[in-house]
Amino acid sequence: MVGAADEILRFEDLSFKYMGLDLPTLQNVNLSMRKGEIAVLAGASGSGKTTLLRCINGLIPHIYPGEYSGRVVVDGLVAQDTPTYELAKKIGFLFQNPENQIFMFTVERDIAFGLENLGVERSEIARRVDESLKLLSIEDLRNRSPSELSDGQKQRVAIAGALAMGPELLVLDEPTSLLDPRAATDVVALVKELNAELGLSVLLVEHRLELVAPIADQLIIMSGGRIWKSGPPVEVLASEGIHEVGLSAPTVVELQRQLRALGRWPGKIDLSVDAFYSEAKETWR
Amino acid sequence: MVALDDVSLEVDKGEVLAIVGGNGAGKTTLLKHLNGLLKPTSGSVKVFGKETKEQSVAELSRKIGLVFQNSDHQLFSETAESEVLFGLKNFGFSEADAVRRAGEVFSYFGLDSLRQRAPLTLSGGEKKRLCIAAVMAWNPEVLVLDEPTVGQDYLSKGRILDTIRQLVAAEKTVLVVSHDLEFLWPLDARTVVMMGGKVVADGDSQTVFSDSPLLEGAGLKQPQLVTISKLFGRSPSFRDVSDAANWLSRR
Repeated sequence: MVGAADEILRFEDLSFKYMGLDLPTLQNVNLSMRKGEIAVLAGASGSGKTTLLRCINGLIPHIYPGEYSGRVVVDGLVAQDTPTYELAKKIGFLFQNPENQIFMFTVERDIAFGLENLGVERSEIARRVDESLKLLSIEDLRNRSPSELSDGQKQRVAIAGALAMGPELLVLDEPTSLLDPRAATDVVALVKELNAELGLSVLLVEHRLELVAPIADQLIIMSGGRIWKSGPPVEVLASEGIHEVGLSAPTVVELQRQLRALGRWPGKIDLSVDAFYSEAKETWR
Repeated sequence: MVALDDVSLEVDKGEVLAIVGGNGAGKTTLLKHLNGLLKPTSGSVKVFGKETKEQSVAELSRKIGLVFQNSDHQLFSETAESEVLFGLKNFGFSEADAVRRAGEVFSYFGLDSLRQRAPLTLSGGEKKRLCIAAVMAWNPEVLVLDEPTVGQDYLSKGRILDTIRQLVAAEKTVLVVSHDLEFLWPLDARTVVMMGGKVVADGDSQTVFSDSPLLEGAGLKQPQLVTISKLFGRSPSFRDVSDAANWLSRR
């Protein structure tokens, strides 16, 4: 066991340069996530988010060759010294397009697939599949073919498949980018529910900060292969220079920043339009 | 089941039209009728006054350039330059003319430094702009963008918006299909809302974006500036944050 007991993830001064590239893609990355936390990872294209995720499941350094220094610790395991299949037991990974992850003929078989591969006993598989279907409220989809489901339903099936494996950490790489706003809002609410009910730690990569900042405990922003800032979402979003790293704060946060600059916003900065409106009524009474 | 049901729509030359709606509303199906990939089972679709049923996909594509949601479905050449030349050669432009036009779009869209890069090594935003450049190279009258902001970061969204404005200034007709209303709001475009294969609203963006029940019913989210404007009783809604901050600070 390495690292603090209440930590699910820790990067210690991690740098990585892909073989064949002149410059490092990650430079001196330090970050830590507590167990049971929802952390949102954001950054412009090319800021190093995908490379950072590859360091968590061990694809770096085990599969992608390059120059690696520093250390990544996942729930007490040093990623560099742990085979990827061991790390895979700790981490559920979910990608942008659920279609790349769903391929069996029924939803039930799809959710069972990972467990079957690990040689889990039949009755245990059935129990865990039932549990996942229930958690995601998709029991009615059990015998349906994934190909006939909506995009939002497919994303739920993919999440159920990841949860059935009993991960300690769920990593979601832009899970809502193909979804319309309603389906995206539903998936985000679901992530929050799973986090609250199971105490599941979640690392969420997402561009639409107005959608995810309200459920995050920590917001981590990358720029040029480094951590630009991390901390409570409101503080990070209200930081000067967020546009220079290629991101924008939600409109309502930007508005409060500008009002503050005009000397008209003494109060705290709110993430939701409703909270801002209530505060404004008080402030400007 | 019908994917499009009793849709009537007219788009003027030089207009920017936003087509919005949730997943499965029929937006992409509608686009496929524009360049004849689909032909109507009943009713008619006319492009520049002529039925699509009477025209080939190649003929229609010459006039209507489609940029797909997923850039990877559109890019397959070894370099960005050959990607742009590919379409031009297919449309029968001479080598010299093709090279000249390719040069023009690379500089117009600020992509000069990427000419010799392999398209699949570009960032998401660069790929999107390359796709637009490749289509604009043969100078179609109409540009159609299907969900251009999916997977794009803030900077890239801003550049796509600038590109649309540039095309409008050049008197092109632009159709943008999107469920990203935050992105569309500053564009101030006539907006069509689709739901269940039908057009359920068609109007200016101030009117359509202010109709909260309509947007909610269509699975869409009102831009925050519109919600804020409504809460503070300001009409028309603020187009940009600075306007809102200045107005509110005078209260």
